[in-house]
This record gives sequence, structure tokens and C-alpha cells, in this order.
Amino acid sequence: MATGNATGRTLFDKVWDAHEVVRREDGQSLLWIDRHFLHEGSFHAFDKVAARGAEVARPDLTFGVEDHYVPTRVRVLERMDPAIRRMMEQLRANTDRHHVRLFGIDDPAQGIVHVVGPEQGLTLPGLCIVCGDSHTATHGAFGALAFGIGASEVAHVLMTQTLWQSRPKRLRVRVEGALAPGIAAKDIALSIIARIGADGAAGHAIEYAGSTIRGLSMEGRLTLCNLSIEAGGRCGMVAPDETTLAYLRGRPFAPAGADFERAAEAWLGLAGDMDAVFDREVVLDGSEIAPIVTWGTSPEDALPITMAVPDPDAADDAGRAAHIRDALAYMDLRPGQKLSDIRVDRVFIGSCTNSRIEDLRAAAAVLAGRSAQVPGLVSPGSAQVKQQAEAEGLDVVFTSAGLEWVDAGCSMCVGMNGDLVPPGERCASTTNRNFKGRQGPGSRTHLMSPAMVAAAAVTGHLTDMRPLLAGRV
Amino acid sequence: MRPFTQLQAVGCPLSLSGVDTDQIIPARFMKRSRAEGYGGYLLHDLRFDAGGAARADFPLNAPTYQGAQVLVARRNFGSGSSREAAVYALVDYGIRCVVAPSFGDIFASNAVNNGLLPATVSEPDGEALLAALEAQAGPMQVDLEACRVRIGALDVAFAVDPVWRTKLLNGWDDIDLTTSHAAAIAAFVAGDRARRPWALPRTTVGKPD
Ligand code: SF4
Repeated sequence: MATGNATGRTLFDKVWDAHEVVRREDGQSLLWIDRHFLHEGSFHAFDKVAARGAEVARPDLTFGVEDHYVPTRVRVLERMDPAIRRMMEQLRANTDRHHVRLFGIDDPAQGIVHVVGPEQGLTLPGLCIVCGDSHTATHGAFGALAFGIGASEVAHVLMTQTLWQSRPKRLRVRVEGALAPGIAAKDIALSIIARIGADGAAGHAIEYAGSTIRGLSMEGRLTLCNLSIEAGGRCGMVAPDETTLAYLRGRPFAPAGADFERAAEAWLGLAGDMDAVFDREVVLDGSEIAPIVTWGTSPEDALPITMAVPDPDAADDAGRAAHIRDALAYMDLRPGQKLSDIRVDRVFIGSCTNSRIEDLRAAAAVLAGRSAQVPGLVSPGSAQVKQQAEAEGLDVVFTSAGLEWVDAGCSMCVGMNGDLVPPGERCASTTNRNFKGRQGPGSRTHLMSPAMVAAAAVTGHLTDMRPLLAGRV
Repeated sequence: MRPFTQLQAVGCPLSLSGVDTDQIIPARFMKRSRAEGYGGYLLHDLRFDAGGAARADFPLNAPTYQGAQVLVARRNFGSGSSREAAVYALVDYGIRCVVAPSFGDIFASNAVNNGLLPATVSEPDGEALLAALEAQAGPMQVDLEACRVRIGALDVAFAVDPVWRTKLLNGWDDIDLTTSHAAAIAAFVAGDRARRPWALPRTTVGKPD
């Protein structure tokens, strides 16, 4: 299954090639799927399976997670909103019927699918992972080929454990240099998206490389790969290294003992060849990355906190000018307004982007001993993260600051569970999408890192967290 | 799936970029079963105000664009989530083709799986199509055999992945095709066990008590 190229193969090529069951003349490949994650939204796909009278081909490789709709305060089915309860009961019925392991709200391993997979060792290097959720790219942090799919494709995977795909092009994003103190993976990712655009990586598999990336923890790499989709990328990957192995050792579903050591050897061999060729390359200087916030309604509308809201009249083309005008009207902002003058009504710390233990620690470092000026919600990415945070006393930092500490789920990232930003309100959020109405009808979202959200909480406006962090990290 | 070859229908201009899937179908409508139909929720919060009244200035609400089966939009249409419900909303409303300079990858593949054509045009051609539709509502032609879009004398090329084009032209469904490769799948699985023994989840993990 060689690529036919004389040159070496990239990480992406190696993983892709290992999953090709069939390659057609027209360039379509039938890929084998190693892990398939499901959530409450998977009911459309199960309906399609039922309509064909089919069975789930490989229940042992299929895992369900309750996350999108789960209430973060009420964890008892009987006391939930009936529509939400129905969503959960549907998933329970479908996974039961097909003998699929479900991480439900009562499970000590429950959480957001993209937090649970890595945490449980279900996500491993070199795997091909799919889920009916665009942020599946997150799992690429381990050197897995992981991407989001739609309901028709979910149904196809359920029935066959395979998927037809055409090979994307390869984009390397190389970030070199030491990050300034307090700068997080979120700042790197938003800088990349602002540079290449929200469709800049469309049709591409992204590989993140360079000394800055190698220096990131697994949590940081997960945040970075998570946001690949916001750059339009099909997936994002980081080559497995010692950081990857250290994270995976002892995870419940990962290989153990001698099996782990044998696997580790194979995983380290997945790194791209020295002479591997990419279709495109983007290079960033890590030392120049500043804390970033978004001002508009697309993740590409991102700028360093020290800058001002852009002026549509200064845009280079009509389409961009129209977008800026529309975004500023929706966000209720004026051209030229300093970003640090934007007042917020509430904050949210959570989502598959920034709800891991390191994210909570970063927010707590800013919040410790201070009070939030606005209400806010902190939802850990999983029950395990919650437990760990409580063991470290982070929950006390959040609640002492006046923020609400709740259970794990997608929560206010998408508001499906009822955790909403009220119409017209402005929220500083660690999530991944500042789309119109994303956090609730009429809601206004500013994306930023956990430390920046914490800084917005204690000042009541978007603000540079660096002075607040001085002497604390 | 219904094949797509030629279409002659009203086109509606949507001069916005980055119309993401949260706009196309807001999350709160996604609990419904497909059988109930998603067309009423298409671009809901752009089409209707907070009180539920149709916004007069939104193109899909204009009398001239009623019955539209083609949408022309700016770049990055369908970015965002993988929710196929965004495609259901378009299809159930009656849209059969979206023309834009770029699309969210997952949206585009979902579209094709539901017989909806994502036609990619150059930015200048996209602007010309928008201007033509805004100046005068009227029928437009989409020809998938020739990969051309026409409004009156304006005749531009569009691109679509050749595999998707074949699928749309024939109305093919992947599952039947995959089933014909059952032997290759079985052979792959057998070989893969030896090549990647670490790829299976460790099975000694019990369910929690
Ligand atoms: S946290 Fe948000 S982005 Fe992540 S899976 Fe849940 S809804 Fe999607």
C-alpha cells in the first residue's frame, strides 16, 4: 500500500495507508475505522440503520458518550426536561440494542467525547477515529487520523466499520520558538486561524510541527488539534513522542505491560520521514504569539488583546468588508474600539477545547484570591477531570471567586442542555465557536484561552491576563 | 437517492460569508426526528425575528425568491459542525444546489450524501452571480454534466469533486457499493490483527460497578 511517491511519507500518509482497505481508480479509498464514538445526536444514523434492518458491525469498536444534551446541574433522568431526557433515552436504547458500551451520566468516566476518548486510552496513536462531531480532529493530538463525519457516514460506519474518503492534501503548520509566559495552545490556534482564514485549511490534513508544538503538553496538543476544524482542516495531527507515551501509560483501554512497549515502538515510528513532502506549509514564530481574543462571528475574526476592533472600510475586499460590518452589528461593537474596553456579561470555562485539568489550573491561577465581577460557569470536561480538580482544590478557587462549578458535558458551548447565554449578552468563553447564536439565540461570544476568560471574569471586560498572572506562574 | 443532472429553478442570493451550520439549523431544533421535516427551521434566526415574524429584508422571505431551489452565497458556506441536519434543512426546504466560493468539508460531503450539489465557483464569478440575482430575480440553470451555472447571459463554470459528481449524477448510495467489498474488508481485518495488534481496545476493562 505504498503511496507511489519516490519521496518519504508524512505522519498522515503512514496512518492513512495503514487503513486503506480498497483504493479505487478515481482516488476514493475505503478506510478501516478503529474507533467510532457516538453521542445523543447519533439518533439520525441509528434511524438509518434501523430502516435497513441492519446491525452494528463492530460494537467492540463503538463507544457511546452522553455529553451534548446532559444537564450539568441535574443528573437524575426523572428530573430532567422531557425533551432532553428523550435524547438521552434514545441513545441508551440504541446502544443497548446494539451492545455498545455507553459512558452515561452515572459512569465515573463520563464526559465530553473528545475528553473521554484520550482519558480512557481509547484514543491511541496510529488509529483511525471517527465521530459524528466536527471536533473529532481533537484526537489527532496523539498522531491518530481523526475526523468528524455526518449522519449518513455514521450510519455507514455503524453498518460496515469502514468509510469512503478521498485523500486530503497535506498542510504542515510549523511553530518554532519559546512561548511567552501564560500563552496557551488556544492562542497558537487562534493565531493560525486568523492567519490562514476559517477555510484556510479546507481540503487539507494539518500536521502541527516545530519546537513550540513539541513543547506542548498533551492537553495543549488536544486544544490545538481541536481547533483544526475552525481553520477548515479535515483533521489535525501531532507526531507521537515521549509526551504522548507518558500520557498513555496506564490508561484503562490502552495496551498494558509488554504490549504497551511493543505498541510504543510502532507509534514512535509513525513520525513523518525526513524527506516527506507537504502540499503547503505555514510557519509561525511562537515567541511572537500574544493573548488572542475574537471580536466577530467567525473564529478567523481574532486579534491580540492589545489591538482594536477592525474597520470594515479598511478591508481589502467587498466580501470581507460586508462580513466585518455584519459581525460588528451582531456583536454590537464599533470600529476602532479597543478590545480591552469590551465589557462582558458572563464567562464560561469548559468545552472539548479547554476543559482539561491544565485549562482549569490556568484559569484558577488567575482567579485565586480574586472575585469575578460577572456570573460564570465552569464545567470540567469529564467526571475524572472534575474529581482531579476537586482534589487540587480548584473548585474552591472557582466558587470562592463567585463562579458556578458544575458537572461535565458540552454545556454552554452549544447550549443544547439548557446552559445558555441569554439574548444580547456577551460571554467570554473558552469554547471553539463564536458563531451567531452558538451559545443561545442572540448570544455574543468572544473566544479566548482559560486564563484570558478568568481575567475577563475578574475585571468585567476583555483584558490582557499577563499583568494578572505576574508572579503566579 | 434522487439523481441530479440538470436544474432550472429560482436562485436566491445570500450575500453572506461563513454561513455556518449553526445558522443553517440552530441547535435547539435538532432534537426532532427527520420525519417531522427540517425545512421550516432553515436559517431560522436569520429568516425570523425573536418574535417569530419573518424578517422582510431577508432574501428567502422576499416574494421574488419564493420557490428558490438554488442558493448563491459567499465563501465558507456550511463551516462548523458536522450536523447533517443543516443539509436536511436545506433539502427539506427545497434547495437542491448551493453555489459558493468555498464550503465546509464535512458539510459538502453531507450534502452529496443527500443529493444536494455543493458547486464551487471562483470569488469573482460568485460576486457576478450574486449581482445578477440581486438585480433581477429569475430562473438560473445548473448543469452538472457540463459543470456550468447560468443566469441569462452570465455563464460560469463550477467545480465539484469528480467522485461526488458521479455519485450525484447517478444518485448512488455508498452502502451498496461497500457491501460488494466484503471479502476485501475481511482480508484487511485478518492482516491488520498481525500488523497492528495494539489497535484493539484492551478488553479486560470491565464495566464500572
Ligand atoms: S464541547 Fe462543544 S464543540 Fe465540543 S463536542 Fe461538545 S458541543 Fe461540540
